Amino acid sequence: MADEHEFHVDRTGILLFASALGETNPIYYDEAHAKATPLGGVIAPPTFAISSAHWNPDYGLRGIRKIPASKPRPAVLAERSGGGGGGSLARVLHGEQRFEYHRPIRPGMKLTVTTKPGKTWTKEGKRGGSLRFSESVSEYRDEAGELVVTATSVGVLTEKAVEQG
Amino acid sequence: MSNPKRSFDGLKEGETFEATLVENLTRTQIVQYAAGSGDFNPIHHDETFATKIAGYPSVFAHGMLTMGLLGRLITDWLGDGVLGSYGVRFVRQVWPGDTLRGRGVVKRLEPQGRHGLVEIEVVATNQKGDPVVTGSATALLPRREAGSI
Repeated sequence: MADEHEFHVDRTGILLFASALGETNPIYYDEAHAKATPLGGVIAPPTFAISSAHWNPDYGLRGIRKIPASKPRPAVLAERSGGGGGGSLARVLHGEQRFEYHRPIRPGMKLTVTTKPGKTWTKEGKRGGSLRFSESVSEYRDEAGELVVTATSVGVLTEKAVEQG
Repeated sequence: MSNPKRSFDGLKEGETFEATLVENLTRTQIVQYAAGSGDFNPIHHDETFATKIAGYPSVFAHGMLTMGLLGRLITDWLGDGVLGSYGVRFVRQVWPGDTLRGRGVVKRLEPQGRHGLVEIEVVATNQKGDPVVTGSATALLPRREAGSI
């Protein structure tokens, strides 16, 4: 079943994201500079799509934020997304991430993000015990329904803390 | 639409590029990344949670922070809006105090009419020389144009 939410892109969101990466590239914040390039305006950095989490009402790692309001959901799903007291937060790692770019993300875009579960598999890990992998695929589309970015994320549920080495 | 810094014809298979991604990563930057990305898993900012509940030596950086830093290496080298795809595996954690070095290498060049597709491999390595993030990207670059790039 697909989860769907809005993602409103603005210059402040792009600036906060780019500055957290230590970026100095003016294409991410300086409109006059950006206008003079073939891109014609400010764009977002390559990994910016991940920040759609701010707009995802069912995002499991949202801290204390209450907006946008979560939809009522079955207890079993709330537990899976980490709402159940921190146990799963401590065991979930990000295994892989991939983006396919169709067009740059730009300020003013009102995107719709549709996320579907992908493959799941299990592996005996050397450093984290038994590892459960689950993939999710998110399509970012603009108001015309055109694909802007496709993001594939692989989460890893570990049995224990991953040992260092 | 893109703003390439390099032309397809100016690249060679095996060509490499390198840069320091971050020196002595601060907890402040990790917290800034949490706010920028929206990922507030306490494992990245709450020392008590990270050590006592999760069992790690300390908080550690979001994998996506390193992916973003490595993305900067690519865009600084090839240009803005040129990427067709970018994917990584997170192979080791990145800790406060780590210094990361990024490296890219041109793996494949495929002419496509007036443009060319470049495939690169990238890796971020910590101060011990261990890879923390490995991945690849593709970019569409113009063939030789006006001799300016």
